[in-house]
Amino acid sequence: MSMPKTLPKSLLFTALLMTMQPAMAQQPHFGVPASQADIDKSFWSIFPDGEFLPDGEGTADKGKELFEVNCNMCHNLPGEDDPTKNQIGKLFGIKDKSGKTNLQQTIGSYWPYPTTVFDYIRRAMPLVAPMSLSNSEYYSLTAYLLYENGVIDENQVINKDTLPKVKMPNRDGFINAYPDIPEKYKTRFK
Amino acid sequence: MDKKGKSIAIDAVDHVAKGGLLNRRLFLNSAIATTAALATVRAAYGQEAVGEGQDDWTLIPGSSAELYGSRSRFEEELVKRRLTPMTDEFYNLRLTKYTARTPLDHMLGTITPNGLHFERTHQGIPDIDPDQHFLVIHGMVKNPLKFDINALENYPTVARQFFLECSGNSGTLWSETPTTESLQAIHGLLSGAEWTGVLLSTLLDECGVSKDAKWIIAEGADNGMMTRSIPIDKALDDTMIAIRQNGERIRPSQGYPMRLFNPGFEGNTSVKWLRSIYVTDRPVMSIQETVKYTDMMPDNMSLQFTLEQDVKSIITRPSNAMSLKQKGIYEVSGLAWSGKGRISRVEVSADGGKTWGDAMLQDPILPKMLTRFRIPWQWDGGPAILQSRAYDEFGRIQPTRNQLITARGRKPTYHFHAIQSWGIASNGEIKNVYA
Ligand code: HEC
Repeated sequence: MSMPKTLPKSLLFTALLMTMQPAMAQQPHFGVPASQADIDKSFWSIFPDGEFLPDGEGTADKGKELFEVNCNMCHNLPGEDDPTKNQIGKLFGIKDKSGKTNLQQTIGSYWPYPTTVFDYIRRAMPLVAPMSLSNSEYYSLTAYLLYENGVIDENQVINKDTLPKVKMPNRDGFINAYPDIPEKYKTRFK
Repeated sequence: MDKKGKSIAIDAVDHVAKGGLLNRRLFLNSAIATTAALATVRAAYGQEAVGEGQDDWTLIPGSSAELYGSRSRFEEELVKRRLTPMTDEFYNLRLTKYTARTPLDHMLGTITPNGLHFERTHQGIPDIDPDQHFLVIHGMVKNPLKFDINALENYPTVARQFFLECSGNSGTLWSETPTTESLQAIHGLLSGAEWTGVLLSTLLDECGVSKDAKWIIAEGADNGMMTRSIPIDKALDDTMIAIRQNGERIRPSQGYPMRLFNPGFEGNTSVKWLRSIYVTDRPVMSIQETVKYTDMMPDNMSLQFTLEQDVKSIITRPSNAMSLKQKGIYEVSGLAWSGKGRISRVEVSADGGKTWGDAMLQDPILPKMLTRFRIPWQWDGGPAILQSRAYDEFGRIQPTRNQLITARGRKPTYHFHAIQSWGIASNGEIKNVYA
């Protein structure tokens, strides 16, 4: 869109370089080719349509065991109500999204995409050692979190084909505010 | 001059030449040595010295030029602060203390010193070795390329001043009762600095970005790998890879050795410790752009990608960091900013918004940067309510709190940008109030 805006500037620089160093005809190029290994090390994103989901699979029962060992020290199990752990991040137990402030919103009540669960817990959890489990273990934990939030059945196998198809309760609860906030939420009057 | 010579009570060994030259080791760079040296010098000056009555720092030579400057030992108490102190149990689980807020009541200009720039991290500040760090740009590009800090330093750079504000800043003002927290706690997730870097468009050009690209996905190398989606029109406009802040390499807390910087956008989008930019045609819907940094409206729909910070202003003096000691003339001063461009006007009210007067805007007025405003105010000793209201060059006006809540309800926790009020009581005490 604003690509043309940057062109004159780079042309100017090129012109400058040309007067200084006739041998260099382009704007400087210092990037070096990135290998697949470079990309794999740096890029962990999973898209809502499932792109980049890895092989492997898991289920809620395996996820429950993993959760008790790796996650329960900081997050309450369903039914537990340790207030400090609730402050860290409440993962279960809220179904109704209305009237709740953002801080209390959980996977079942608020998260629009199931892929975000896998993406986030793999890159960031357990907090003490992110990425310390296998992809199948992260699938199992994802299954467990979705199951305990009432989003999937207990026996549903979660993998790269099934996960993107899980429909989240609040899937349609978001409005894009870029580039501008919808008229009805605007405040720009005197 | 004779009179000085008379009462010299200094050891003969301290003299290194005639005319009062003393051993250079007399002034050692430690407090004890300085005190001892001072006693010696005072003795050397004697009763009738013309310097009698001068302060010590005038009489004795100062310390050597510093290789990396530090501030006065009398200023060491001026530091950033965290918001509500959490319990030890909380921090034991949380592992890191994740915010530190700028002391805005002490900032009289628009640039925040690097040591006082606000910080917000999710999983701590990584200790990155710049020789092992690189940024890879890949996805919908002809040539996926990588760039380390040395490569970036060789490009033509831009140096521009911008504000940075966390979209959670002033968030406690959404709450039903007015917070008693300090100015620093309420509004301190806001700073201004000169950022130097390479325009992202320059690097995207080099990679040969596809015409169908609509978004970039930025990921950090920190624990938790912060991830945000940025629209391509922004990425090709003024987004930069910042490598310097106020003239020095950006600090670890700000993304060392390189960060994304999206001028005017909510702070979280300016991904620190940047190591991957994936060019694509859709957002990734990371936790930070779905679960966090979204605001639920009265109809239970949530606004997502509220990226550009709205027009906003705050009064930093006076504020609840101080109280008024006597009636008389004060300067009301504060900061105004807009994520879209320049501030065009700031008005100030002393009667809770009934009447307004134009404040003076201090040059330079830069787009997407803090603008300092000032207006003299005579306090008659009675109750008063001070407010400021900003306008930007696009005709946007900062709303009142009631207007904001009418439009967006009270469920949001982010993006509070309404007018804030300092209530002054007759005894000079200042409180955050809703008016
Ligand atoms: C050492 C403490 C700790 C452990 C162990 C831990 N977490 Fe967390 N978790 C946190 C903290 C702290 C946050 C909030 C992070 C932030 O604010 O960016 C969090 C956030 C989350 C969230 C997002 C919650 C929300 O809605 O904001 C999920 C989901 C989650 N953790 C899952 C897990 C899983 C699954 C495990 C085990 C594999 C785990 N956590 C282990 C501390 C921990």
